[in-house]
Amino acid sequence: MNNTELELLKIIADMEGTPSGAFNIRANGGLADRKVTENIDIRTKTDKPGIDIIVKPGTKGEKVHIPVIISETGLSDLVYNDFIIGENADVEIVAGCGIHNCGSENSGHDGVHTFFIGKNAKVKYVEKHYGDSDGDGKNIMNPTTIVNIDDGGYMEMETTQIKGINSTKRVTKSRLSDNATLIIHEKLMTHADQYAETDFTVDLDGENSSAHVVSRSVAKDNSSQLFLSKINGNNICNGHTECDAIIMDNAHVSAIPQISANHIDASLIHEAAIGKIAGEQLVKLMTLGLSEKQAEEQIVNGFLK
Amino acid sequence: MLELKNICFEAETENGVKQILKDVSLKIEDGFVVITGPNGGGKSTLAKVIAGIITPTSGRILLDGEDITNLSITERARKGISFAFQQPVRFKGITVHDLISLASGKDISVTDACAYLSQVGLCARDYINREVNASLSGGELKRIEIATVLARSTKVSLFDEPEAGIDLWSFNNLIKVFEKMHDTLGGSVIIISHQERILNIADKVIVIANGSIKQEGEKEEILPELLGKANVACKVLTDNC
Repeated sequence: MNNTELELLKIIADMEGTPSGAFNIRANGGLADRKVTENIDIRTKTDKPGIDIIVKPGTKGEKVHIPVIISETGLSDLVYNDFIIGENADVEIVAGCGIHNCGSENSGHDGVHTFFIGKNAKVKYVEKHYGDSDGDGKNIMNPTTIVNIDDGGYMEMETTQIKGINSTKRVTKSRLSDNATLIIHEKLMTHADQYAETDFTVDLDGENSSAHVVSRSVAKDNSSQLFLSKINGNNICNGHTECDAIIMDNAHVSAIPQISANHIDASLIHEAAIGKIAGEQLVKLMTLGLSEKQAEEQIVNGFLK
Repeated sequence: MLELKNICFEAETENGVKQILKDVSLKIEDGFVVITGPNGGGKSTLAKVIAGIITPTSGRILLDGEDITNLSITERARKGISFAFQQPVRFKGITVHDLISLASGKDISVTDACAYLSQVGLCARDYINREVNASLSGGELKRIEIATVLARSTKVSLFDEPEAGIDLWSFNNLIKVFEKMHDTLGGSVIIISHQERILNIADKVIVIANGSIKQEGEKEEILPELLGKANVACKVLTDNC
């Protein structure tokens, strides 16, 4: 693995050297390295590209890294990864995709991740998307995440796209059973002429299921963003969706939250706010000695932290 | 030394141009100076003129003899002017530790940041990693705001009505903070306040009303008259009742 690829791994998966737990590194459309543990198995799919990550019931405190990196220009990669999390397991999964596009052709990665979270299992899923390029080629990522949470299960999903992805369409669909919980935190920054679309759908099917979907984004330059979030309350449940966006320069941001209550005891809230950086925030930081540009950076970095 | 020379500020209002500050000239030496006077008299505008947030229509501002009238907010901050807002600003994502680090101009350790919080009567451990957002109460935000000025430790520290919007319990603690600051913080400390207990710790009192300086002098000289007037006003009210 060359230095560019190692650097990408560090950015998207905080990986330096070999991680201690199970991992699967996919580089330029093929398997680069893999390690399984007693409790976590990783198998290559036989019918289509992708892997199955199987976590044994009761597995506690283990971490799995499954980064994807692309350093060739003109490569379009599509994978189907399934995560089967056994009952009562408690694990962290670090995914992520980094593209270094050194040429003039477009590079892309489309991942379809499907989660089957067993009864009372707990998963933290962290996904970072990052791109850089030396040439004119565009970096494109269209991730799809499908989440099924069984009774009493819990999933916390943290997705981050900070830099270098020209075009992205993120689709997340989830279905929750009784007492299941889903928490999503999305952080997104677009710049130049980038486009980012987020489309969350949460079906709160189970009794006492709950979902909390929070998106914070910054749109700079001529970039545009579309945020769609649908929560369907089909039982006694709690749902909350929140989109908070900072708009700068000539950017465009649309937020379309949609909540549907199909049960008398469904309690759903949506919030959406889009606006430029408040002038008084800039003034406050300038009274601390920061220039206007430095103040702006601090506000944006804090907002996306 | 901070010197204001013939400062005027006019603002457009619905009823035409209004003179907010009328030919204000002041010399502020090191020590505790409290600016007081009725609401709408021009006190906060004067503070913002000093910090560079408002540009005066005419007049000059000198800091240690250097003309800073045309300097930006940032440049004045770097020259040594600090300003605590009357209504502290909230930030999503920026923590108390971040803000105090930014104020001090360097990456300060949690221990050092905590020392500033302790000075303003906050239990540092509970606050250091909290975001400076709407989850903090008015009193907590005020004290964090004061801590940022302490962390800057500049030659001019301006506080715009530090007592505004906080409850009585927090106010009592705040007074202690200012009493302590009187002994520890060097340079010129300028506080805009209506509070007798803050006036009591002043070395010098300036009364501004209707855009002009009405009185200026030692606390011993100004305060009895000011409080006397206030008592007369109260007495009249009582009699009428």
